[in-house]
Formats: sequence, structure tokens, C-alpha cells
Amino acid sequence: MKVIKSIGLLMFIAGFAIFIGTFFTANYKLTADILQQQIGDQDKIASFEKATSLLGQTVTSSFNFVDQLDAAFAKVNEEKLDQFGITEDEISGLVKQNEGKFNISTISLFGNDEICQYKQKTFKDYGGWLDGREFSSQEDLNNQLTEVANNIKKYQIINEKGFDRYKVKDLKYSLTKASSIGPVKSNPSLFILLTYGLCIIGAMLYILPKMKDDPPGIKNNGIFHSAMKNVGWLGILTGSFLILFYIVLYFYPEYMTNWVITVDPLSQFLKGSEAGRFFLYGFIYTLCILVMGVRMIIKYRHSKYQIFRTFSVMFFQTAFAFLIPELLLRLNQPYYDFKNIWPLNYNFFFDNNLDTLLANGTLGIFMLVWGIALIILGVPFFVYFFGKRWYCSWVCGCGGLAETLGDPFRQNSDKTLKAWKVERWMVHAVLAFAIVMTGGVLYTYFTGSSQILGVSSYDVRSVYGAWIGAGFAGVIGTGFYPLMGNRVWCRFGCPLAAYLGIVQRFKSRFRITTNGGQCISCGNCSTYCEMGIDVRWYAQRGQNIVRSSCVGCGVCSSVCPRGVLNLENKDPEGRFGEPILIGNDGVKLSS
Amino acid sequence: MKQIVIIGNGIAGITAARHIRKLSDHQITVISAESDYFWSRTALMYIYMGHMKQKHTQPYENCFWKKNRINLVNDFVNTIDHSNKKLLLEKHEPIAYDTLIIATGAKPNKFGWPGQDLDGVSGMVSLQDLEYIEKYTSGITRGVIVGGGLIGIELAEMLSSRNIPVSMLVREEQFWDNMLPKQEATMISKHIREHHVDLRLQTELKEILADENGRVKAVITGDGKEIPCQFVGLTAGVSPNIDIVKKSGIQTKRGVLVDEFMETNIPDVYAIGDCAERRVPVPGRAPIEQVWYTGRMMGETVAKTICGNKTEYLPGHWFNSAKFFDIEYQTYGRVWNVLKENEAEFYWEHASGKLAMHFVFDKDTKQFLGLNTFGIRLRHETFDKFLKQKADIYTVLENLREANFDPEFFQRYESEIVETFNKAHPEKQVVLKGNKSLMEKIFG
Repeated sequence: MKVIKSIGLLMFIAGFAIFIGTFFTANYKLTADILQQQIGDQDKIASFEKATSLLGQTVTSSFNFVDQLDAAFAKVNEEKLDQFGITEDEISGLVKQNEGKFNISTISLFGNDEICQYKQKTFKDYGGWLDGREFSSQEDLNNQLTEVANNIKKYQIINEKGFDRYKVKDLKYSLTKASSIGPVKSNPSLFILLTYGLCIIGAMLYILPKMKDDPPGIKNNGIFHSAMKNVGWLGILTGSFLILFYIVLYFYPEYMTNWVITVDPLSQFLKGSEAGRFFLYGFIYTLCILVMGVRMIIKYRHSKYQIFRTFSVMFFQTAFAFLIPELLLRLNQPYYDFKNIWPLNYNFFFDNNLDTLLANGTLGIFMLVWGIALIILGVPFFVYFFGKRWYCSWVCGCGGLAETLGDPFRQNSDKTLKAWKVERWMVHAVLAFAIVMTGGVLYTYFTGSSQILGVSSYDVRSVYGAWIGAGFAGVIGTGFYPLMGNRVWCRFGCPLAAYLGIVQRFKSRFRITTNGGQCISCGNCSTYCEMGIDVRWYAQRGQNIVRSSCVGCGVCSSVCPRGVLNLENKDPEGRFGEPILIGNDGVKLSS
Repeated sequence: MKQIVIIGNGIAGITAARHIRKLSDHQITVISAESDYFWSRTALMYIYMGHMKQKHTQPYENCFWKKNRINLVNDFVNTIDHSNKKLLLEKHEPIAYDTLIIATGAKPNKFGWPGQDLDGVSGMVSLQDLEYIEKYTSGITRGVIVGGGLIGIELAEMLSSRNIPVSMLVREEQFWDNMLPKQEATMISKHIREHHVDLRLQTELKEILADENGRVKAVITGDGKEIPCQFVGLTAGVSPNIDIVKKSGIQTKRGVLVDEFMETNIPDVYAIGDCAERRVPVPGRAPIEQVWYTGRMMGETVAKTICGNKTEYLPGHWFNSAKFFDIEYQTYGRVWNVLKENEAEFYWEHASGKLAMHFVFDKDTKQFLGLNTFGIRLRHETFDKFLKQKADIYTVLENLREANFDPEFFQRYESEIVETFNKAHPEKQVVLKGNKSLMEKIFG
């Protein structure tokens, strides 16, 4: 057994090492064909080719390659601004010709060739409103004209003639991916086997023999002696890797193109097109839940509750989050995860999503109605009958990863009173932020005006997307598993958890009951509560546990050595009853 | 406002302190030489096994004590000077008290075995014991445990968790059969062996042998066999820890003698928890009861008395729980290891050998008297109700579904249990009440 486990571990490490290796080992060669495919616009291609010597050259490092791309984009933009932008001389010429009052016909001084005509046209678009205006001083006019010239540069020339920052971001990624040459590119299927294949088989060889090690039952032996699970060096290393992974995924995808290329064959097979970075992410995510789900089931194989729950999150991730949306794409239908609920799914009400759904006939409308019904009917209904666990620890993808990949780290959650206080304001603040952001986005959608109280709804949503959607949910949410437990996002950040929690706290049949006077205050329940609830506080005074944050994972009940805790859906009457400890007939205890 | 001093910060002493604070504004001081803060002794094993760190076993955050004005002193009490109402401490200045609560707990029994004080021999009660065990079990090839009680099996599980081979010497015919009926004792003994523990029944310790450095190298059993080992755990029960009380003139026998209000022969001096011994036991109960729950209840009771509401210690129906490796155990009411004359029994064991229920009832009146349950969780509230209502065995079995406390989706065995009972007692057929669980409906 030990030998098999060691072999498994070695295979896993080898697969992981190859995975990391592919990050660094690609070469890049940019060709005219690639530019043609990725940029398209002939003028831009020509400018780009002039601005760089990359074409036909083999570059051995992605950092170098991306740097050169960056430099080329910057150079093109600079040239275009010089060429098409209105110069300071031209502005002072205009100022001289217009004393007191601005007359737009004076822009004829720009000249009449093609470029000058472009200048005139853009000036009319951006500065037409200046026509006939009076100015108190020449300086005032100068300032106005400079601002118009800058706006033209920023919003028009960069966009039309050069590459704006969104385009640059996209192109850096797509050019790098298309330019990649080397073993991964020429044989991605082989690398699927060498990375994911080795990792999966290795992990299974390591995990499955645990069935035979001991009879079923709670075996948390050595967790607090472990370098991985007790925030030791291995845990810190793992956390750092996860954090880096998320930062690259969300903010620097151009460096991970080899990883995306590896799963191209799979993406072709599933949806008939090349993989994007979020296909890769979805694939790894699902694999983690499946492999670590097997581990979870084996670890808690004495508990049917844990087995069923784990099968459930494995199923919902694989089918609802991964396969169905990709297959919908293949059928030219909108990408849709039927179990993802706003406000966790914060872009549900974004204009592009609404437009897509509305443009896709009956199915699109159904998706829209389904999504809204889940928010206003599904959540209260199911939470009333089963508690928020129906979602958080049975269906949700974030919860699914937390309950499988994250299970070995659950004991690292902070149980202090202080953490609880921080949690309460933080999670509700994110919910408020999500509601305000969505409100703004819908206001813009229906009125067409992007400004509300002087703030652009597009800015608010991009702040939400970067800081909450990517930063909090991704980088911190998963990256901090080994450091602060597996539910950092769910506990401190998830706006849907906050919403579900409010319902659970005030109107639900769900509670964790305590068994008379049987608690011995050992602390296993609190230690292994991933949400940082001090379960023992309630158990030792015989009080029902009714907490908005409880996701109903049932592990407190599983690890309790004396059969004290039980998750129950019962008549709401008596849910908030007085604490009672059975056993001492001579004393009536008050709380 | 009185100055109340409590010696010992275990469950009894701390419960008394907490309840005195709830009921009054008295000054409260708790003295312990073992640890700065209250921690759960029942979790000792989990610290060694790496399930928790010591801080996780502390039921209250450190700020709790200051907030509740409970003054904690880490020191050892050398002398109780009750004529001057004063305690002499080892490190601190003497402390005066108006009311004293002795809650010093218990210590492991040693029966004068040769070699019992060698290096590498230890009981398992205190944090200091834990440190000692940690030190003396690292890198060893075998540990021997002497005594087959609840602490013995915990120590066996601890060593097993670190893959240290364990031999367990048990004097009785089966594990803990001075407390458990033969059926359960046999089942648990089998489970202990399933965990690769070398369980030696009807075997006593004769002698512990030392190597040249005065450290354990082997034990000799009663039948003359030698077991090489580097650690010996002495877990043959515990006795009240009353050395400092014995010198003080406060009356003691095996424990500190107390009346029904837990007061000693000296006014304003009380004793609770594992160290206390009732002059006249509560009817049906032992004079010394050394379990977590009784410690807690004595603390609750004595707090009332001290705060002016003189209250007799009147525990309700007996209950207890434990876990033997993977098998959880709960008991409600009294199940003696051997049936008493008026008693009849019904024992059900699942084919897996890991689940069992043992009901005891009155032969004639059929009144339900007690139950042991293994591997199936049962509701304390329901069984307390059965016992208080003096329900008969038929009522208990009819309502077994209601009493179930296992998590959702767990296999349910009520039908099987009742069927078995009906076969054994055909004179009256029990019909289960209540709805079938979801799992029963689906899988029958």
C-alpha cells in the first residue's frame, strides 16, 4: 500500500512539474499569417510590422515576446498620435485666429490633405459644440482646445488608427497563443496525458489505498503536524502558487498560453473551437472537484450525508458548470450556467448578457426567466425548507471546490469573535456593492445614460469585476485556502451567501440541534467548521445553532465524538428556544 | 461582596466560576498550576493525534476571563489554612478567601508495581502528562498500556495514530467488562483488535523493567511473558487528587467528603468534581463520580448555593458517552455490566459488529431502566423523557424513530431492532410509530 501511494505521489509531482515546465518552455514565432488572422485591419498590420522586428524571429521567452509586443503597440500608438493628432502649434494657430469667440470654420488652417481632413473631421465630432462660444481669455480657449485634442487622441485615434488598451490586452494574448511553437503546440494531446493524465492517475493511486488503511471513521490524524494543512511551509508554498495562478489567469493571461494550448484538443472535441483561458480554468476546476471529491468520499465514507453531498457538488460542477455551457456554445446557444445565481453571478444583468439572452429566442427568454426566478423564488423557497446548504454545500461551484479541494484546509478558518465581526460587515458590504452596481448597470441599460450622480456605471462594474469578481472570489477566495481556510470567499465576500444567509437566519426550518447534555466541549466541531463558527459555544450550553453563515456541510456533526450535533429541518417553532442542558435536575439553568 | 477562590480550572471549577459570575458580583479567583486557561481535558487525546492544538481545546477565548472578571492565577496551592481562610501558594503571596471551592480533579492510579516510576512510564490526565507522553513516545517501537478503561483505549488510539504498535494489558475477560455487559465488551474488544492493537485480556502487569539509563525497556506480565517496549501508560483508573487537602484537616476518605450541598466539614469550604466524595451518595449513584458531566453539574449547583440559593446536588437520570476508536457510545439510564435480579434485557447487534443497542427493563413491570447504544446516535431528550415518565420497554421501542439522532440519509435500523425484539418477545407485538425516513422509503 505504502509503495502504491508513493508511486502515486511521485506521478502527481511529475505531472505537476511538467505542467509548470510547459509554462516556461515555449518558443514564439510571429508570422504575417498570424497578424492577418488576429489583427485583420490591413493599415494596422502594416503599421505594426513597421514598428517591430519580431516578424519571423524565434523568441525563446514569453516575457521577452510579450515585452516586444508591448513595445510595438506603444510605438504604433505614438506614431499614430503624432500623425493624426492636432498639434500644439495648430492649437495656438486657432487661438490666434479666434479672439473672444470661437468660429469652427477656422479649422481650415489644418490644411486639406487626407490627414488634415481627418483632423478636421474628428475636431468637428469632438469639438463641434465649441462653435460660436465666447471665451473670456485666450488661455481659456487654449485649454478647451487642448482638452478636445486630448479627447480625440484618447478616444478616437488610439481606437481607430492604433490599439486601445482592451485591444492590446486581447491581442497580446491571442498573438502569443498563435505564435507559440514547440512540443506543446505540435502535440497538445500528449501533454494532456503528461500533465493532467499523470496528475489524475497519481492522485488516484495516492487516494484510493486510503480505503484499506483504516476502518471507516473520522481520521484527522496528524493534521496539525502537517506542513501542508497547518499553514506550514508546504501550505504557504501551495497558497502562493494558487495566488500566482489566479493573478496570471485574470490579469496576465498572455503568459499562460501554453497551458491553454494543451487543452485545445479537448475544447475542439467539446465545443468545436479553440480553448480560451476560461475553458482551461473550467477544466482544471472540474478536475480538482472530481479528484478531490473522490478523496472526500473516501475520507467520510462512514457518513452517507457527506457521500451524497459530495456526489452532488461533483455532478453540478461537471454537468451544469462545465459541460452544458460548452455544449450550448456548440449549438450556437448562449453560454449559460443554469445553477449560477445573481449576485454571485454578478454579470447576469450586464447589457451584453441581457442582449444575448433576448436575442436567442425561446431558450434565451427561458434562461432569463429561470435566472430571475432562482433569485426571487428559488432562494427563499429552498432556504426556508432546507437552509442555505441546498446551494452552498450541495450545488454551488465555489462551494464545490471548497468542499473538495479545500477540505484539507477547513481547520484554518479563524474562529475568533473578531473574525465574526469583520465577516458580518464585510459580506453584507459586498452584497450592498453588488446591488448598487447592478442597479447602475440596469439604469444604463434602460435609459442609455451611463452617468449616475457623476459616476459611470461602466466604471463601477469594472471595479466590481476586478476587485470582487477576480480579486476577492478568485485570488483571495482560492489562493488563501491553505492560509485562512477553504471558505474565505464564501464567508467574507460572497454576496449570494449573504442573501441566502439573511433568509436562513430569519426564516427557515433549518438548524443544528444539540443533543441534551452530551457535549464535552472538546472543540472538534469548532476546529473543523470551515465557516469559523464557534459551534462548541452553542453545543456546550445546549443551544440550537442558527447562524446565517452556516453552509450546512455537516462536518461538525461528523467529527463530534459524542453524537451531539445534528443538522435538522424542523418546525420553525422552538428554533430560537432557550438553551437547555439536560441532566441536572436540581438546577434550572438560565442563559 | 465575597472573595471566592476556586482551586482547579477544570470543568467543575470553571463551571462554578462562570455560574457564580452569572448570579452575582462576587470576586472570583481561579488557581491552577496546570494551565493558564481552561481547556477541555476530554480533548487531550486529540492534541496528541494532531486533530487539534491545545488552543482549540479552550472553550472560551482568552479575552473571556477578563471580560467576565474571573481572575486567573497560575500557581500551585501548598497549604489550605482554613482557620485563617487563607491559601499559601508556591510563587504568589497568600490569597485570602471567604468561600473556597476545591476542584482539584483526579490523578492516575498506581498500584505499587515495581518500576512504576521509571522514565517512560506515565498516566494520562494532565497537560504535563501529555508533554511527557509526547517526549517519551517519539521514535519508539512499542508502547504498553496497562488497564482497559476509557483512558486506556484513548491512549491506544493515540499511539496507533502515530503508527506505534500497542500492547494493551487488560485484567478483565473483555475490554471494560466491569462497566459494559459482556456482549458490548466483546464487540469493542474485537474492534480494538481490528485497529491492530495487541489486546491481551486477563493479563496483569507484574513488573516494569529498566534499561541501564533507568528508562523502560520491557514489561513482564502476570503470566511471566516479557514485552519489549519503551513506553508504559498506566491507565488503571483515577483517584481524587487530594494531597493538599489531606494535610489541611478537611475531612477526606478516598475523596474530599461533602454533604448534599457539596460542602465539606469546614463551613464555606466546598468540594466538587472528580475530587469530591459524597458522605451519603445520591440514591442509585456512586459516592465518587468522575465524569465530565457530573463535574459540570456540581459546578452549576454549588454556584447557586454560594450565591445565596442553597441547592442540593440532584443529578437527573444517568447518562454518559464515549468513543471507542470509530464506535460511538451513548448510554441513558443504567445498564449494569451484570443484570440485577429484577432486570431483563434485550440486546441487538448489527451483522457488521459495529452497531448495537442494549435495553434493560424491569422483568415484571416492563419499566424501561436503561440503554447502551453503539454506532447509532440517540436523542438525550427523548430518553430522559422515557426515564422520567417511567415508560415501559414497549413504549420506548415504539418511539425509537423519534429518538434517532443520526445525520440525514444514514441507514435506519429501527425496523430491524423492533422485529428482533418481537421475535424474542412474542407475547406482545411492538409496532413502530412515526414516519419512515426518506432513505427507508426509497430503499425499504
